[in-house]
Amino acid sequence: MAYAYYPGCSLHSTGLEYSLSIEAVFRHLGLELVEVPDWNCCGASSAHSLNHDLALALPTRNLALAQGMGRDLVTPCAACYNRLKGADHTLRSDPRTRVEMEKRIGFEYRGDLSIRPLLAVVYEDYGLARVHSHVKHPLTGLKVVPYYGCLLLRPPHITQFDDPDDPQVMGAILDALGAEVQPWSYASECCGGSLSLSRPELVKGLVGKLVAAAREAGAEAMVTACPLCQVNLEMRQARSAGMPVFYFTELMGLAFGLPETLKWWRKHLVDPQPLLERIKPV
Amino acid sequence: MIDDLAREINRRFGEHVELCYHCHKCTAGCPVLPAMDYGPDRLLRMIALNQVDEVLKSSDIWLCAGCYTCATRCPNEIDIAAVIHALRQMAVAEGYRVGEPDALLFHRLFLGVVERLGRSHEAALLGLFKVLSRIPLLQDMDAGIRLFLRGKVPILPERTLGAGKVRELFNRSR
Repeated sequence: MAYAYYPGCSLHSTGLEYSLSIEAVFRHLGLELVEVPDWNCCGASSAHSLNHDLALALPTRNLALAQGMGRDLVTPCAACYNRLKGADHTLRSDPRTRVEMEKRIGFEYRGDLSIRPLLAVVYEDYGLARVHSHVKHPLTGLKVVPYYGCLLLRPPHITQFDDPDDPQVMGAILDALGAEVQPWSYASECCGGSLSLSRPELVKGLVGKLVAAAREAGAEAMVTACPLCQVNLEMRQARSAGMPVFYFTELMGLAFGLPETLKWWRKHLVDPQPLLERIKPV
Repeated sequence: MIDDLAREINRRFGEHVELCYHCHKCTAGCPVLPAMDYGPDRLLRMIALNQVDEVLKSSDIWLCAGCYTCATRCPNEIDIAAVIHALRQMAVAEGYRVGEPDALLFHRLFLGVVERLGRSHEAALLGLFKVLSRIPLLQDMDAGIRLFLRGKVPILPERTLGAGKVRELFNRSR
């Protein structure tokens, strides 16, 4: 299977280990990701704060590029997903704006492009049974909580993915890897990522609450599918908290026994290696 | 000059603020409420009462984290986060002194980088923000340094081949 792939800016910088683990895991599973040629920033999260028009034009240009590829458009970033899907929703439901955008970008909107988060591809297309069949080292003893944050799930009429109040997909994937998924009620609470630079103290409070709740649920690590959440959670937790935050693709790579994992762990602000040493299979 | 705030929000952004019956579900779920002066429910009331100055100069509209919990829970399908984004744009357009200058600075720098490169460039963004924001220069430095040491903020920017086309979008979206 092959997909049009929109990595988004974070995957080439703060989300480097997400990018590397996606490449390795998808290659291993035989899923092809064809990068959208010449893609641009989707504008999140600043364009819609300052310029309504631009907030639509930036993702629409990417939709125009992807439309010609004739495959589902997949993105690993929750914020990009939200903007791309939101732009598609506007183009679909507001003909006047659609005509204006078609003119500005120079394309004809067909409305047949399916925009999907990476989690959905793994869960719906590849399937848990096949994921499970690749597991060489089950993650037995690794107690985790799945953390979705906001933009994969809300607002639900845009995102149309998983259950916005009680999401299930990531937990099911982690379960198939043999990890011990702990129940908790903060999977879709906001980590304040968009305020991380301008209001660090406020964000430290939000992150602190999430990390404490994860700890209370019995988790030793959090797992996410968003590059903005991941860096915010690791950067803004107290140094003493020591709660590593994995991308779900990193744990897939670990369970599959891929040789590249060490490179990913070195990118983390909270070193996950002491935890992984402890649960190492004998 | 804005005559009727609610009507202006509806005309330009399509949201129907007048549907609010103040059930407070938005406010009950707002993660940044403790830092706000009013919170989403009172802001909606203030819009209905056309308190233009109070709304547009409030720092609340810049503190919204954009988590869409309010929009998800509203029984009248008001996208309150979208209303707040609309208020930000109106506050800037009307020349109000912005309640959270660092938030506005961040958004401006971010779009400035994207306008030039077609993509974001964290190193430039973090550096410029550090120098220009009101947060003391040495405060919060270690976060950036830790990212840099792990090779997560490449110094050299990435540029899309279509940077010129992206710039054109900026020019035509003013």
